[in-house]
Amino acid sequence: MPVKTIRQALQEALIHEMRRDPRVVVIGEDVSGGAGTEGGRDAAGGVLGVTKGLIKEFGESRIIDTPITESAIMGAAAGAAVTGLRPVAELMFSDFLGVCFDQIFNQAAKFRYMFGGKARTPLVIRTMVGAGRSAAAQHSQSPYHIFTSVPGLKVVVPSNAYDAKGLLIQAIRDDDPVVFCEHKLMYDLRTDVPDEAYTIPFGEANVVRDGDDVTVVALARMVHYTMEAAEKLAAEGIECEVIDPRTTSPLDEDTILDSVERTGRLVVVDEATPRCSMATDIAALVADKAFAALQAPVRRVTAPHTPVPFAPALEKLYIPDPDRIAAAVREVHGYAR
Amino acid sequence: MITAITMPKWGLTMTEGKVVQWLKQSGAAFAPGDELLEIETSKITNVVEADAAGTLTRIVAPEGTTLPIGALLAVIAPPETPTSDIDAFVAQFVVAEPADTATEEATAAAPREVQALGRTLRCLELGSGDAVPLLLLHGFGGDLNTWMFNQPAFCERRRTLALELPGHGLSSKDVGAGDAAFFTDVIEAALDVERVHVVGHSMGGALAIALAARLPERIASVTLLAPAGLGPEINRDFIETFMRASRRREAVTALQLLVHDPSLIGRAMVEEFLRYKRLDGVVGALETIAHAWFPDGRQAVDLVASLRALTMPVQVIWGRDDRIIPAAHAVAASSAQVHILDGVGHLPHMEKAGEVNRLIRAMIGTG
Repeated sequence: MPVKTIRQALQEALIHEMRRDPRVVVIGEDVSGGAGTEGGRDAAGGVLGVTKGLIKEFGESRIIDTPITESAIMGAAAGAAVTGLRPVAELMFSDFLGVCFDQIFNQAAKFRYMFGGKARTPLVIRTMVGAGRSAAAQHSQSPYHIFTSVPGLKVVVPSNAYDAKGLLIQAIRDDDPVVFCEHKLMYDLRTDVPDEAYTIPFGEANVVRDGDDVTVVALARMVHYTMEAAEKLAAEGIECEVIDPRTTSPLDEDTILDSVERTGRLVVVDEATPRCSMATDIAALVADKAFAALQAPVRRVTAPHTPVPFAPALEKLYIPDPDRIAAAVREVHGYAR
Repeated sequence: MITAITMPKWGLTMTEGKVVQWLKQSGAAFAPGDELLEIETSKITNVVEADAAGTLTRIVAPEGTTLPIGALLAVIAPPETPTSDIDAFVAQFVVAEPADTATEEATAAAPREVQALGRTLRCLELGSGDAVPLLLLHGFGGDLNTWMFNQPAFCERRRTLALELPGHGLSSKDVGAGDAAFFTDVIEAALDVERVHVVGHSMGGALAIALAARLPERIASVTLLAPAGLGPEINRDFIETFMRASRRREAVTALQLLVHDPSLIGRAMVEEFLRYKRLDGVVGALETIAHAWFPDGRQAVDLVASLRALTMPVQVIWGRDDRIIPAAHAVAASSAQVHILDGVGHLPHMEKAGEVNRLIRAMIGTG
C-alpha cells in the first residue's frame, strides 16, 4: 500500500470529493496559493501546500481566494452551505476563531436547529492547531475544546494520514458543520493510505495499542508522544491501552469507558490548556460513568494554563512530552489506597 | 544438527509476535504436527506446529515476551548435544534482518495486479517450481490475507496464486451481477496457468466447484473449505451484521461468529476488516453479491449436482462448530473425502492451519 503524508492524504480527500461532487468548493486565504507573487497562482498551493494543484483542475470558481478577513470567509461559507454548496473553508490558524466566531458559533452551528430541521449546513472548516514552531501565543493554540463545547458543531482531530483522509471525506459528505483541526507539525507524518476514497465514521475512536494496565486517551500529536511513552513503559512491564478518539464531537464514550472498566486507571493527554478542556471533559466522563471501576485518581497531562511561550526552551517545557506522560502513567499504575 | 525455532511471519504486515504459551516444555520430544507453542499477533492467535520430529532442547523466549519476526524462540538439538554447544548456538544466533527497508520492500512478496474482464484484481504469487500450481479462492468478504497461514506452506515446489476477487480487498469494486457465473468468468479470465489444484473457502469453495465443472481438464484437484452451494442454510444474522458493520463493536460481533474460539480475533484483524468496509463501493458490492447468493437469508446457489459430477479428486473440510454454514452440508459431497474438524468454526484454514495444510498436501501431493 502506498505511504503518504498527512498533507497528501488531505489533498487526495479534497480531489476525490471535488471530482465526485460539483457542489464541493474550497474557499479561504491564498488557497490557490501564490496569487500576486512572481510565480503566480498555484506557485505555493496554499500556506502549507495542501491545496496545491487544485486551481489548475477545478478553476477559480471552485478554488476561491479571499481577502484576509476570516469573518467574510466563514460568513460566505456558511451562507453557501445553507443554500446548496458544500464549502471547505480554511481558517488558516484556529487562533483566529475570535474574528469569525459569530458566523461559526451562532450561525452555522444553529441553522439546522433554528430552521426546524429544514436547513442543512454541509460546511467543513479546515484549521491549524498546535504549538512547537515558536509561532508565539497568537499562532500556537489548540482550541478544539472551544469548538467541541458548541452544540451543532462536529469536531475532528486526526493523528495520522490514514485517518486524516477518511475523516476529511466523511466531513465533506456530512450535512452538518465540521471543524477539522490539523496539527501544524504533523503534515509530513507518513503512513499507509489507500488510493481509493473511504470514510471513517465520526464518534469511533481508534484503539492504537492494546494493554491491560492503564488506559491513556490522547489526541493529535499527543498520540505519538503517548506511543513513545508506552513503548518505554512496556519495557518496565506496564502495558498501556492507547485510545485516539479521532473526533471530540461526537466523542466515542463507549470505547473509553469499556477500556477503563478493564484497566481501572486513566491518563488523559492533551496539548491544549487544562481548564474546560478535552482532558477535563474525558476525566469528568470517566468519574461520572466509570467511578466504581477506578483504582486510582485520573491524571491529566496537559499544557499549563498560560499562553504558549515564544521562547523555544519554554515552549518545549509547555508541551506535554513522553517523559511527562510516562511519569503520569507510572504514578497512576503504582497508586495504592 | 542444532536448529532454531524462530518467530514466524504470517501475512503481509506482521512485524512482531508474542509468545503466549509453550505447549511443549523444555526437554520434551515432539513428532511432526505436534503443537509447539501459541503465538499472538495484533491480528490473530495461531499455533506453531513441528515440521519434523525432534527434541525441544531449550526454550529461549519465555511466555509473555514480544519479539520481532525471525527472533530465536527455542533450540532444537539431538539429545546428546553438549550444553556448551547450545549456549554457543544461542549466543551466536543472529536475527536475519534485511539489509535495509528499501531492499526488503523491493524483494518481499508483494501482490501484483491482474486484469480480468476490465477489472483490476490483486494476486499474491509465492513460490516457483515444476509442480502443478495451487490456486486459492477466498470467501465472501475475504481477501489475500485469508491464506496467511496456508500459502507459504505450499510454495517450495510450485507457484501458489491467491486471487483477490472483485469487490474484495483492494481489487476493483465492480462485481457485475455478483453471481457465481460472473466470478467464475473472472477467475477463468485471470487464470494464466494451464492446470491448477484449487482450494476454495466458503463462497470461494462454491466457485472452485463451478470452475472445476467448467474446466475439468484444467483442474487437477479440488479442496473445499466450508463451501457455499451445498445446501440452503446460511447464518442470516452473520450476513446482515457483516454487511452493516462500520464500527468496531459490530465488526467484532460479526468476525467472532466466524471462529470457534472468539479470542482468536485480534484488534488488527478487526481494523483491517473495517478499513476494507470503509472503502467507497465495498458495501454496494457486498450487497450485490449477497443478493445474488443469499437472498432472504437462504443460499440461492446450488452446486450439489455439479460437485457430484466432478471427476478429479475432491475433498471437503468443515469445522464441526461452523456457525455460518452448517457442517451437515458436507453430506451432499457423497463421493468426496470429507473431514470434519472438532473445535473449529467457519475458518478451518486459520483455526487449524496445520491440519488443513496436511490435508491439502495429501491431496495435491508433490506433482
